[in-house]
Amino acid sequence: MDRERKEMEQVKRLGSRSEQETEEKKIRKDWMRMEMESCSRNEEFARVTVAVFLSRLDPTLEEMSDVKTAVSEAVTNCVIHGYGNGEGIIYIEAMIEGQEFTVSIRDEGKGIEDVSRAMEPMFTSDTSGERSGMGFSFMEAFMDQVEVSSEPGRGTLVTMKKKIGR
Amino acid sequence: MLMGRELFTYEAEGQALVIHLPREVDHHNCITLKYETDLILEENYINRLVFDFTGTEFMDSSGIGVLLSRYKQMEGSGGTVAVYGTGPRISRILKIGGINRLVRECRTREEAVGSWAPKG
Repeated sequence: MDRERKEMEQVKRLGSRSEQETEEKKIRKDWMRMEMESCSRNEEFARVTVAVFLSRLDPTLEEMSDVKTAVSEAVTNCVIHGYGNGEGIIYIEAMIEGQEFTVSIRDEGKGIEDVSRAMEPMFTSDTSGERSGMGFSFMEAFMDQVEVSSEPGRGTLVTMKKKIGR
Repeated sequence: MLMGRELFTYEAEGQALVIHLPREVDHHNCITLKYETDLILEENYINRLVFDFTGTEFMDSSGIGVLLSRYKQMEGSGGTVAVYGTGPRISRILKIGGINRLVRECRTREEAVGSWAPKG
């Protein structure tokens, strides 16, 4: 009798555990982190790597291109503006929570004095005439949410979110 | 996915200069473009710049910067800029970048190279 009851309890426990597991699978969490040298050659490497991670969410080609473009914009900003084409490290983190994709790109470069001005379309501090000043506008056009925090001399952090498969 | 070096190639056709763009048009791949086109424009009489997007799969705002800067340069000397070979993705990027109002988007190379009067 006792043994039977113990076995029953164990079966119940096992049952509830597998229910928990399926619950966890519903809200899937996954993350990646990378550091790389700040140089223009790494812009493609960064967007391709993030795109491969994103592919776990089974995005459409358009969603994939949107994220690639946004990552490219943020990394290019680190290379040109954050580190002024000089040496430095770019930090990239990406996270999947359910269907929400978050990517943050950070540098420890010179920072931005006036973030809202920098985010205005066509604003650029570049003097070569080759930059459109549309980097942040592109990030905002292709992602659901873009947050920028920066302080002069302490670098810049760009965090972007996008829901995949709506 | 290839990560090789990507280059621009140039082709003159009468007074038009056709610039074949690489697979990925980003900041890295655009670095040499200004120098190279400046050299060509100095030595040849060019009144139309044509960008060929046939082989391009990716472009970010760096491409918009390049087109904008070439547009201003051509406008200064009375020339025009046209593009062809754009897929839906590149067309969308050009639209978001506001370039479609300045640069004519053509379906074929012939149309892009051929003569047309700028609007206005």
